[in-house]
Parts: sequence; structure tokens; C-alpha cells
Amino acid sequence: MNTGDTAFILISAALVMLMTPGLALFYGGMVRNKNVLSTIMQSFVIIAVITVEWVLWGYSMSFGPDKWGITGGLEWFGLAGVGLQPSAYASTIPHQLHMIYQCMFAVITPALITGAFAERMKFGPFLLFSILWATFIYNPLCHWIWGSGGWMAKLGVIDFAGGVAVHLSSGVAALAAAILLGKRKGHGTEEMRPHNLPMTLLGAGILWFGWFGFNAGSALSSGTLAGTAFVATHLAAATGTLGWLALEWKARGKATTLGAASGAVAGLATVTPASGFVGPISACIIGFAAGILCYWGVMAKNRFGYDDSLDVVGVHGVSGVLGLVAAGLFASKSVNPAGPDGLFFGNPKQLGIQCIAILATIVYTFILTYIFLKIIDKIFGLRVHVNDEINGLDLSQHDEKAYIL
Amino acid sequence: MKKLEAIIKPFKLNDVKEGLTKLGIQGMTVTEVKGFGRQRGHKEIYRGAEYQIDFVPKIKMEIVVPDSLVSDTVKVIQEKARTGDIGDGKIFVYPMEEAIRIRTGESGNDAI
Repeated sequence: MNTGDTAFILISAALVMLMTPGLALFYGGMVRNKNVLSTIMQSFVIIAVITVEWVLWGYSMSFGPDKWGITGGLEWFGLAGVGLQPSAYASTIPHQLHMIYQCMFAVITPALITGAFAERMKFGPFLLFSILWATFIYNPLCHWIWGSGGWMAKLGVIDFAGGVAVHLSSGVAALAAAILLGKRKGHGTEEMRPHNLPMTLLGAGILWFGWFGFNAGSALSSGTLAGTAFVATHLAAATGTLGWLALEWKARGKATTLGAASGAVAGLATVTPASGFVGPISACIIGFAAGILCYWGVMAKNRFGYDDSLDVVGVHGVSGVLGLVAAGLFASKSVNPAGPDGLFFGNPKQLGIQCIAILATIVYTFILTYIFLKIIDKIFGLRVHVNDEINGLDLSQHDEKAYIL
Repeated sequence: MKKLEAIIKPFKLNDVKEGLTKLGIQGMTVTEVKGFGRQRGHKEIYRGAEYQIDFVPKIKMEIVVPDSLVSDTVKVIQEKARTGDIGDGKIFVYPMEEAIRIRTGESGNDAI
């Protein structure tokens, strides 16, 4: 046990926790004022719901004793055997601290998806979907990549802080949800301007801040590796912002605040899987590429015609793919001796391994998400009644209004 | 008595009010409104999605004046609200049947 490591991971867990309310504001500012509370609530309530799921069976399925490389068993149900002594996952911090740190990742992932179906999904079915998704998609993916005995880990896939389980999975689930739920009423004909961009910028700032816990904390210790990830995280956020703004300025004639916030999140999400394996200049390149490619990713929805309300596919889906590829390109043993080299450092094989992980995550997540949503739709219905959608989800789902002026 | 309704640019409100006060006008009602005329609106861009915003914020002033003051009032508003650019607004003049002060029951010009 090491008190420095323990202190650092305690703080990191709190930082990652703050990302979900930050995400709530990031999303909340982008919807219309009749839907701001329901959008914030979809993130906020997930903190409570998924925490309970995680303690009961989530942690056990993700990190518990391996079953065929596919899932953890239920031996640790209700945290049985998850005590205060260190575990094999992190030899210098209490096992329960590892559990609660990982809990924050499990929380934010389904919250990310909510941006895709914002402004039109019923609250009850949304809760059911989130629990099913966390149980049968997040937990296995988390086990594949980070659990001891998971098949991706054994294959040699590298993902420092959440390209597979967090960003790619939420982005792919978002695509399935946007396709299945259909467009918002009035999409393309009515004005759907963001109602409060200062709120969105504040949310982006909180996300950026929390991301230091997300990536640096993933070192699971306080030292050089955490330092590497911290630096890479900040640099990619900065160049992501610049990449998005540069492209937007050129394409549309103006640099926008929403573009700055989106570029920062794109850079942060993309560097996540690579953050503990790459040097500072690589991180700058990764971030800049993320700003540009995610901008194109967002434009793609207009071409394909699905209504991903808050661009989860364009930002997190694209980031997930790009980040896992970037890890396979830019990873360097001189930065992290415990990791492999990437293609640019003489090991082209790593890129192939990363691509297998990308493909597996996309196929597994898309199919299962689609099936879950289809079943819930048949039994309970996913969409609110058209009148409820017109009146706004704040009133129809929660009997509340955000602004009494 | 006449009622004047003026649609003006919001940032001109104070100039117009000062000018009318100097003329001796003692009261007016203003409302924040949106609308468009020949000026049309502007475009806004959010994550590459372009919105044409037609309804532009304006101020609507309502003033009731004795017949003797109508032409001076119109002149002052026109002078003070004018920038020379498209979108300066309009003035409408309506006949006014009656005016009553609620507190005292006075009516006509005395109630203005």
C-alpha cells in the first residue's frame, strides 16, 4: 500500500465523478429550453443508477474472475471479497478504491449516449435501457480490455483509459439509438438552436478538468506514467480546439464558441486510449487530427440523414476509432516501457491488433444495442407522445420547467 | 388625440425617450418585440448547421399625444431613431377615441 498512490486515485475518482454533471451541462446547453432539465436529468440520474448496478454486479462482471476471456464471473457480486487490501489490478491502493474509481467510468459511458436520443426519449424506458446497456455491453467490453484474462488484453490491444469501453462503445450505441428512434419532430424544418451556449462551455471546461482524473488516474499510481498521460491529455485538448476552429473558420468563415468546446472534447476523447503510451508531440498531432476528423464526423449526419441530436457519433464514435488507431501508430516504448511500440516506432503489427479491437467493439455494441432498444420499444415504447415532444420533455416527463421568468 | 406606434432599433430607445421628454411628453409604453421588414435577419451557425434568423429584436413604443403635438412627436422620433441604414423601423399613427385616468376619472387630453 502506498499513501501517495492512494491519495492520487482518491482525487482522480472524484475528478471523474465530476465529468458526468459536466457532461449534463455540456449537453443541456445544446438542447432547446423546453428540454434542458430532461437532458441534464438523463446524465445526473445515471450517476445514481449505474453506481448501484456497479456495486451489485457491474464490478464483478468487469473485473471479477475471468470466464473464457469474455466476462467476469459473479463471484464478487455485492462486492463480496472486494476489500481494503490491494488487488492484482493495482498493487499499491485499496481494492475498493480501484472499484470506486472504475465506477465513475461505468457511470459516464451510458450518459454519453444520451446525447443521441436527447429531446425525445421516455424517462422510464431510458432507465431500463441504461441498466441493460451497462450490464451486457459496458461490463463485458470493460472485461475484454481491462479485466484480467480479457481476450483483447491477451491479444495485446492497448487502450490506456477508454477508447473501447467508453468512447467507441458509446458512439456506436448512439448511432443505433439515433437510427432506431428516428428524427426529432420538426427536424430540418424548425429551428433547433442551442438554448444556452455559456452552459455548454462551462460543461466543456468541467469535462476538460475531470479528464485529468480520467486519463492520468488510469495509471492507477502517482508517478511518471500519470505525468505522461496528464501532459498528453492537456495537449490534445488544446490542439483539438485549434483543429476544429481552424477548419470551421476556413469552411464557414467564423470560429465559434461551440466549435471550440466541441474541438476540446474531440481532442480529449481521442487521446484517451493513447494517453499513457505517447509523447507530447504525438499527443499534439493526435489532438489536431481529432479536431478536424470529428468536425467531418459531425457533418456526416447531414449526409446520411440520421438525427444524432448532440453529435455523439461524430465526436465520441469517431474519437474512439481514431484514438485506438492513434495508439497503434504513436505508442512508444521510450515513453512507456510497459507498452508496445506503434507503427511509427517500428511495430506495424500493433495497428492490426488495434483494428481487430475496433471492429469487434463496433459489431458487438451495435447489434446488442439495437436489439435492446427494439425490445424495449415493443414492450414500453421508446419515444414520448408527439404532444409531449411538442410541449417539451421537462414538462411531460418531470412536471418541471427550467426557467420561471 | 392620436396614438403613435413606433417600431425602432433597441439601442435607439434612450435617444428617442430623451427627445420626447424634452418635447414635454410625459408617458409612454415600450415592449420588446421581434419582427422583420425589408431588413430581414441574419444567419447563425451551430456545428456547421446554418439557421436563417428572420425575426430581429426591435422595440415597440406606444405614445398617446394631443393633436397639437402629433407632427412634432413624429419628427422627433424620426430624427432620433434614424441611423440611415435599412431596418430603422416605422411610425404608425392611429386615431384615439378616448383616454381615462383610472385614479381620478379625468378624460380626454387631461388624462394623457
